[in-house]
Amino acid sequence: MSNPSVRTLRLYLIVWLALMALVALTVASAYVKLSGFNLVTSMLISAAKTALVMTLYMELRREHGTTVVFALTGFFWLILMIAPTVADIATR
Amino acid sequence: MNTATERLHEQFDTSRQQLKASKLGMWTFLATEVLLFGALFCVYSFYRFQYPQGYALGSKHTDVVLGTIETIILLTSSLTMALAIRAIRLAQRRTSIALLLTTAAFGVSFLAIHATEYVHEWHEHLFPGHTFDATLRAVSGTEMFFTLYYVMTGLHALHVTIGLTVLLVLVELTRRNRFSPTYFTPVELGGLYWHLVDIVWIFLFPLFYLVSRT
Repeated sequence: MSNPSVRTLRLYLIVWLALMALVALTVASAYVKLSGFNLVTSMLISAAKTALVMTLYMELRREHGTTVVFALTGFFWLILMIAPTVADIATR
Repeated sequence: MNTATERLHEQFDTSRQQLKASKLGMWTFLATEVLLFGALFCVYSFYRFQYPQGYALGSKHTDVVLGTIETIILLTSSLTMALAIRAIRLAQRRTSIALLLTTAAFGVSFLAIHATEYVHEWHEHLFPGHTFDATLRAVSGTEMFFTLYYVMTGLHALHVTIGLTVLLVLVELTRRNRFSPTYFTPVELGGLYWHLVDIVWIFLFPLFYLVSRT
């Protein structure tokens, strides 16, 4: 391999296998009664998948600090928007 | 003569700085994309807590098998996209073209499967409006669930279509030898867009297909 910054094929495949395992887990968890925690579970699994795609496939792990902050800002604003909305309905 | 080198714009001192600025710009754009879908996710959350029964009932009428297949297709297309960039870095131009085309093929099959779902749902009277199934309409929130389903998956499908166009342009540019192991910024940026579209689906899948399956 001429370029040392290139990741191994193995790593990409391991990430893919992990993603497939998480898909299986998402679907399986939906068929199990988790006493109200089904939504939380599926969102946590989705967040794990997103973390894998962002850090390794999108190479965020190798990006400059400023870029990482910019990348996470959108998600932070999203939480700011959704959390109070849900809190409002849940506490009525 | 084709040159696989980068043109340095005058506002930058080095190509490294130019690359960093390009990526920062792309991630900024992706943050606006997160918020574009974010507004819809917010509406989705509001009505989900307002009408839990309607969402549960509506979700039972989506096709979980096709939804799972679509999820696997998009995640696999992210793998081939990442590998296409890896191939360019290793100066494997032909492999890279093949992987970009594979990614596009996954995108096309995703859209094709989704189209069959839409057709099937239309015949099942699941499209909001005067043709909407009367028993489902009796449960409040069901029609809203399907409205959001079409708006959000439709907007996502539009993004897949844009991503496909970007992929085909990248294939053509790679074919014309425009990229090299030292310069492949457009492929990287196109890849980031493709991955983001995948991430949106990662959330859409459980929110529409898996609301209540127990």
